Amino acid sequence: MTQTIQIKPITRIEGHGKITLVLDDSGAVSDAKFHVTQFRGFEKFCEGRPFYEMPSLVERICGICPVSHSIASAKACDSILGVSVPAPARKLRRLLNCGTFIQSHALSFFHLSAPDLALGFDADPSERNIFGLFKTYPSLAMDGINLRKIGQQIVESCAGKRIHPAWVVPGGVNKPLLEENRDFLLSLLPEGHAIIHRTLDWFKGSLENYREEIRTFANFPTLFTGLVNSEGNLEHVEGKLRFIDSKGATIHDGLDPQRYDEYLAENTEEWSYLKSPYFKALGYPEGIYKSGPAARLNVCDGCGTPQADQEWAEFKGLERGPVLSSFYNHYARLIEVLYSLELMEHLLKDPELLSPHVRSIARNNEFEGVGVVEAPRGLLIHHYKVDEEGLITWANMIVATGNNNLAMNRGVLQVARRFIKSGKVTEDAMNRIEALIRAFDPCLSCSTHAIGGPNLRVDLVSPDGTLLHSVLS
Amino acid sequence: MRYPAFLQRIADRADVQPVRILTFSINGQAVSAREDETILSVARENGISIPTLCHLDGLSERGACRLCIVEIKGSPKLSPSCVTLPRQDMEVITNSDRVLDYRRKILELLFTERNHICSVCVSNGHCDLQSLTTELGMTHVHYDYLHTRHAVDASHERFSVDHNRCVLCQRCIRVCEEIEGAHTWDVMGRGYLSKVITDLNQPWGESTSCTGCGKCVQVCPTGALSEKGKSVAEMTKKRQFLPYLKLMRGDESR
Repeated sequence: MTQTIQIKPITRIEGHGKITLVLDDSGAVSDAKFHVTQFRGFEKFCEGRPFYEMPSLVERICGICPVSHSIASAKACDSILGVSVPAPARKLRRLLNCGTFIQSHALSFFHLSAPDLALGFDADPSERNIFGLFKTYPSLAMDGINLRKIGQQIVESCAGKRIHPAWVVPGGVNKPLLEENRDFLLSLLPEGHAIIHRTLDWFKGSLENYREEIRTFANFPTLFTGLVNSEGNLEHVEGKLRFIDSKGATIHDGLDPQRYDEYLAENTEEWSYLKSPYFKALGYPEGIYKSGPAARLNVCDGCGTPQADQEWAEFKGLERGPVLSSFYNHYARLIEVLYSLELMEHLLKDPELLSPHVRSIARNNEFEGVGVVEAPRGLLIHHYKVDEEGLITWANMIVATGNNNLAMNRGVLQVARRFIKSGKVTEDAMNRIEALIRAFDPCLSCSTHAIGGPNLRVDLVSPDGTLLHSVLS
Repeated sequence: MRYPAFLQRIADRADVQPVRILTFSINGQAVSAREDETILSVARENGISIPTLCHLDGLSERGACRLCIVEIKGSPKLSPSCVTLPRQDMEVITNSDRVLDYRRKILELLFTERNHICSVCVSNGHCDLQSLTTELGMTHVHYDYLHTRHAVDASHERFSVDHNRCVLCQRCIRVCEEIEGAHTWDVMGRGYLSKVITDLNQPWGESTSCTGCGKCVQVCPTGALSEKGKSVAEMTKKRQFLPYLKLMRGDESR
């Protein structure tokens, strides 16, 4: 008799999702699905709104990476204005983006995943959380809190508030950076560097403990994509798209992100509200690709900053081709935090950063615009069409998490097959399935509210729908 | 109304046009007022605050929002203080529990009608409606939302009107008629289906009477009327012009 197992809700991720596992007669996992259970409807209800409200409107998609949405949206609006954004504003957006990467990566690594990494995937679930981390590894937990604070302070110093600031606008940003804020941000750098080097040393030293997870966390060949700059280095805000295959060969380089729809398409499945983008030329689902921290480090030729470049070289040395296991996203996140700190320092020392010339003013001159950035979780695409009056008539957004939907689904199957044996669902197997999802750091509804009550429920349901067994953790 | 100078001198003489001064009380405090002053105006002269939304110094009173309701001893109903004149020995209460409760309910009802989501509004942080929620201690809306859907009219070259954020206070209508003299704005429909219109419900950009002065945008209490291109929280309204314009036109009677 086949059985269905549901993991619902998945904990320590951003938003709500559930996992369904189907067991065959022998108790082996025959299928796995990762469902996103919330419907948001942004693309639809943005219709009819003036385009210049969009950066703030779409920010509300997410409480963790609102800045990424606002920059992608503002870039789409820049195209609708048909103007070039002043250089100081481009640098300020870049600086703001450094802040958001640092805080988001810190949240993912320390708050959500470090309990698994430090305490063990099979540790007592009542201790396997940020509070347990505080008890056993107080300095690691404090580093996480402090690093996230640094990221949030960068966002606040630039944009006036930490969450949902209305600073990035079509044509630039709406206020120049104050000199005292610039000086304050420079003062944050030493602590940031100290934390990230400490954490990198600790993480690299403990990689041995995660051998099974590295082997099974979505460790299969796919394409990889990410933005790279004109030198082929890591890029988060501007640049062109590059696709490489699972052997590391470049398939496409220098792709104009504005023409994303020529090489990416989206598929919908009736069991999830999350669409599955795929690489058009290979079709669905063969066009599976990965995006996000590890994918970015796989596609680029380097980071372009000295310390991050050293770490990047070590990262690339993990495997002969691209680093396939999505477990290494954790590693890549730390490297990207280091890169962001270095980039930030470079930007803060640029006198042009304080220029008052931060906004180009125009009315809508074009009818369509696409804005593409790298959000902490992966490629983020905003695409709008407007009418004569500048009101949105059509909107399409491919959010970072969506890019990895196919890979997450296949990853769940891979982990479930390895850790669920003879139909026996152990707590640590469940946690490893969740941890696989956490490695992608998906932002499902884009909210961080804690889930009350039991952390996790797994239901064993027979094909006729009767509940056979329920496990609470 | 102003007369020619020689007649005005006569009109200004109190013995020819006597204005009665009367005394009454607000919240137990004895106050005196001209008989043609509203309770709202007397209260504010005496430092007693009454919340308002449709009222704007410099424009005629309309009594549209009902937020300035007060209790008058001996009367079972609550009266809007912006359009109620005092009588001798009247006892007015502005802050009874009943008054405060009804004001909050009225404010909640304003929020139920249309889509007043502050976080994505151009006037966030600079909005009279938003300020009233803190002033009146409104924390929740206890009624079902109607959220009637209205299209944004962005046909004007410089301004746009988002009816979803309109509270029908009619400040735009009054400033356009009374100060600019164009009377572009008006109101059509009944009840919650009412909406402000330009000319005979034509797109604003096609209005032949609109002078494009923008006074309506500046007096609008919410983000309903805004300058195009303003992003969220960027729309601050400048209303300093009103008293100057009134003064220059020699018309301070309103």
